Amino acid sequence: MQEAMIKRAKELLADGTVDRVIGWKRGEFAYDITPAVFTSAEELDSDFVFDDFTAANVSKYLVKETAKDGKILAFLKPCDTYSFNQLVKEHRIDREKVYVIGIPGGPKLDIEKIKAKGITGILGVKNEDYTLKIETLYGEETMPFYEAVLDKCAACKSKKHVAYDELIGEDGDVLESNRFDMVEKLENMTAQERFDFWRGQLSKCIRCNACRNVCPACTCENCVFDNPKSGIDNKAPADSFEENMFHIIRAFHVAGRCTDCGECSRVCPQNIPLHLLNRKFIKDINELYGEYQAGADTTSRAPLTDYTKDDCEPSVVHERGVE
Amino acid sequence: MLKISKSRLGELFDAVAAKQTLYIPADREVGAAEYKKYESGMELTKELNTVRSAKDFFFPQTENLADFRLEGKNIEIKDIREECEDFVVFGVRACDARSFTILDKVFLCEPVDSFYKNRRDHGTVVTMACTRPAETCFCQTFGIDPTAPEGDAACFDDGESIFFKANNEKGQAFIDSIASLLEEGDTAKLDEVQAKTKAIMEKLPLAKLSTENFGGDKLSEYFNSDKWGELSEACLGCGTCTFVCPTCQCYDIKDFNTGHGIRRFRCWDSCMYSDFTKMAHGNPRLTQLERFRQRFMHKLVYFPANNNGEFGCVGCGRCLSKCPISMNIIKVMKALEVK
Amino acid sequence: MQVNENFEPVIVAFCCNWCSYAGADLSGTNRLNYPTNVKIIRVPCSCRVNPMFILRAFQKGADGVIICGCHPGDCHYTSGNYFTRRRITLLYSMLDFLGIERNRTRLEWVSAAEGAKFAATMEQFTADVKALGPNRRLEDLRCRKQ
Repeated sequence: MQEAMIKRAKELLADGTVDRVIGWKRGEFAYDITPAVFTSAEELDSDFVFDDFTAANVSKYLVKETAKDGKILAFLKPCDTYSFNQLVKEHRIDREKVYVIGIPGGPKLDIEKIKAKGITGILGVKNEDYTLKIETLYGEETMPFYEAVLDKCAACKSKKHVAYDELIGEDGDVLESNRFDMVEKLENMTAQERFDFWRGQLSKCIRCNACRNVCPACTCENCVFDNPKSGIDNKAPADSFEENMFHIIRAFHVAGRCTDCGECSRVCPQNIPLHLLNRKFIKDINELYGEYQAGADTTSRAPLTDYTKDDCEPSVVHERGVE
Repeated sequence: MLKISKSRLGELFDAVAAKQTLYIPADREVGAAEYKKYESGMELTKELNTVRSAKDFFFPQTENLADFRLEGKNIEIKDIREECEDFVVFGVRACDARSFTILDKVFLCEPVDSFYKNRRDHGTVVTMACTRPAETCFCQTFGIDPTAPEGDAACFDDGESIFFKANNEKGQAFIDSIASLLEEGDTAKLDEVQAKTKAIMEKLPLAKLSTENFGGDKLSEYFNSDKWGELSEACLGCGTCTFVCPTCQCYDIKDFNTGHGIRRFRCWDSCMYSDFTKMAHGNPRLTQLERFRQRFMHKLVYFPANNNGEFGCVGCGRCLSKCPISMNIIKVMKALEVK
Repeated sequence: MQVNENFEPVIVAFCCNWCSYAGADLSGTNRLNYPTNVKIIRVPCSCRVNPMFILRAFQKGADGVIICGCHPGDCHYTSGNYFTRRRITLLYSMLDFLGIERNRTRLEWVSAAEGAKFAATMEQFTADVKALGPNRRLEDLRCRKQ
C-alpha cells in the first residue's frame, strides 16, 4: 500500500495536479510517526510512511494548508473523510485546493497497549499474520494484533469513504459498531456512580489541551479558554469545577459536529476516555432527533442548528432511567 | 550495604508512612503509573516511570498564593500558603532526580522562591536505580547515570533485595530512621545487575546522542535555522510536552474572582500556548514556529547559557512517548545539529 | 436523604425578556408570593443562554438553575426557543451523564400572562432543590462562602 501511495503521489506531483502532499513521516522508532507535508519525490521516497501506526487524522491540517497557494494531495482514511467533509461543510477547508485519495483504514495500533503488556525497550514491531512480533532490547516478544488495536479502531463505525477524488484499494461500508456500549453502561449506573466515574477520570486532566488542539471540530481561531477577555480563560484546572467545565463545554461545542473520529482519546496523555462525552451527545441526538452522522454529507443541517415543532422537552432527561 | 528483602518492602513503607507522608509510584491503571500517597498494602509500580514527572512535589501544577478581600476602602491581603509537613518521595528515577537540581537553579537563585524552597526543605527524595531502561531513555546524553541516581538517598534493586545508600545528611537521616528494618547485605548480585544494565545502556537506540554541538554559545547557529519551519509544521500547540516534562518550569500568576474576594494563584504555563507571556501589546511570539523554537532553544541554548552549560533536559523520554504527533527533542536535535 | 431545614438554596432563573420576565412581573403585581431564593437574570431570549451561563451559575454558588422562555411557537424571534429546547435538553442530559443531580436543572415555558404559573414553578423548583441540599458536585470550592 505504501509503495502504491508514494508512486501515485509522485505522479500527481510530476504532472502538476498538486504542489504538496500531506501524509505521515517516519520517526526514530517503529511507532513515533509525525504528520508531515512533502514537496518532492525524494522526500516521499525517504520519509513517507503508511503502516499500522499511521493513525493520526490529517484532515485538520488542511485548514491551514488550503489557506496557502496551490493544491495539496491528502491521503484520507475512511474516518478522516468524515472530518474532512465536516470541515468542508463549515467552510474551513477550501475543497478546490485539495486532491483527496481515499485509502483503506485501520485497524491501527496503539503503542500504549503494547507497552501496557510490560513490553519495553521496543526496537521494532512486525505484524505477521495478526500476531505482533516485537523486537526489544530484552529479546523478542509476541502478542495478538487485536489486543493492541486503538480503541477508536476497535469501535470502527465506517469503512466507507464519504469524500474522495480517487481511491487506492476498495471502498467499504458503514459498519454496525458497538461504540455506544460504554455510554449505555454508564447511563445504567446511578448518578453517584457516574459522578464517581467521571471524577476519577477528569481529575487526571492536566489541561494540556491536546484533545482540543487535535480535534478536527475544534477550529476556533481563539478558544474561549485561551482568551483572557472571555472571563473564563484558564491554563490549569485550579479546581475540580474547572476540570468539569472545560470538558463539558468542549464536548457541547462540538456536539452535532463531532464525527466520532476518536482523536481526543487517542492523544490524551492521561488516557481519559473523552470520546465517551462526545458519544453521549451523538447517542442522545440519534435517539431524540433521529439518526445523524456528522460529516456524512456537506449539505444537511446539523441537529443543533435545526429543530422541529414537536421536539421533546428537556424533562425527558428527568424522566428516564435511574437517578 | 544495608538492604531489605523485597518481600518486606511493605513493612518498610508502613514504618515510613507512620512518621511522615510517603509517596510512591503506583499503578493508576494498566500501563500508567503516578505518584500516590502511600496507604498500607499499596505496591510499587512495575512501570519504568510515572506519566507525570515528580516535579509536582516541589512545583505543583496550581498553588494558591494569596487571598484579597475588599472591606470598605481597605484591602485585606492574606497569605494562604499551605503548611508543608515533612514528606518522603520514594522511587524517583535518576532523570527526575536530576530535574530537581535544574529546578533548584531556577527557583533557589535570588530572589528565592519561598514556596518552592519550603517544599524542597520538607521533602526527602529517595531514588531508585533503573534496571530496565526503555528505548525512549537518553539520560546518559546529559551525563546522568541511571544505575547511580542522585537524590538524598538512593536505592538499588538486585531482583531480591533493595539496597540503600545515603547521598547526603538528609538521606542518612532517612536510612537511620528505618535502620531497624535493614540488614547488612552482600552486593555481588547487585554488581552483576548493574553491569547488565550498563550493557543495555550502550545498546539503547539513543545512546549515541550527544550535546556537544549544543550549548549557550550556539545562539546564532540555531535561532535562524531554516529547519524550524519543517519541525514545527505539525505541532498542535498543545502543552503536553511541557506538562509532562520534569524540567519545564514556566508558570503564570492569575487572579480568580471568587465572588467574595480574589484568589491569587500560580499555575504551570506552556510556551506552546498562544497566551503565554501575553503582555499589554499582545503575545511576543505570534506563530507556532516561534513558540516551538522557544521551547527547544530554551532547553538546548538559553538554559546552558545562563547555568554554566547545564542543559534544560534530563532525557526522561516522556515527551517522546506522549507528544500527540510524536515531535520531540530528539527529532529537533538531529534535524538541527550543525557539526 | 436528610433534609436540612435551615438550608436556603440559591436559585438562578434565566428569564426571557418577552414572556417569562413579564410573567414574573405579573406575579409581582398580582401580589403572589414566590421564594426569595430565586435570583432572576433577564435575557433577551431563552436562546441567549449559553451552556457556560449555567455552569458559571453553579460555579459561583447556585444550587439550582432554571431557564424560562416563551411557549414553543410564541418566541418573539420566531424560533429562538426551539433551539433552546434542543440545546438545553442535550446539556441537561450531559450533566445527568456526569452524575450531577438532575433536579438541579429545569426548563419551563412561562408566558407573560402566566404570573401564577411563574410563582408556582418557582415554589416547586425551590422545594426540589432544597430537598437535594447544597450543590456539591458542580461547585467551585474557592467560591464557597466561609
